[in-house]
Amino acid sequence: PGLIMEQVKVQIAVANAQELLQRMTDKCFRKCIGKPGGSLDNSEQKCIAMCMDRYMDSWNTVSRAYNSRLQRERANM
Amino acid sequence: ETQKQRFQQLVHQMTELCWEKCMDKPGPKLDSRAETCFVNCVERFIDTSQFILNRLEQTQKSKSAFSESLSD
Repeated sequence: PGLIMEQVKVQIAVANAQELLQRMTDKCFRKCIGKPGGSLDNSEQKCIAMCMDRYMDSWNTVSRAYNSRLQRERANM
Repeated sequence: ETQKQRFQQLVHQMTELCWEKCMDKPGPKLDSRAETCFVNCVERFIDTSQFILNRLEQTQKSKSAFSESLSD
């Protein structure tokens, strides 16, 4: 039963990483790629790199804010 | 674990929605205005969710009172 839990946790972690990757790719493509050229130029690559970091920052901010809100709701009950 | 998963799912959803509302051009860091926007966005999203549930509950109640009086 312990091993199954571990496997479940890993599967959930993988699913989450995939979710994150998918959304990040979508958002950063929209922000950074104008008219698609023959390759990703330097400015596009820089933009994507920054975008990835900002997306992670945003994700963490949202996670903290949501957690705070949940704590507050529990405290009020 | 299911709770953790639900938490994660909502964070993904809210990050996506709030990114649209709060992020202009991705810069070298998340400035304080954007950060505040994200925090507000989360709060308002949850408020919206609660509002919808509450109002739905209320309209259901008045609907069932209505249909009860019809069947009399």
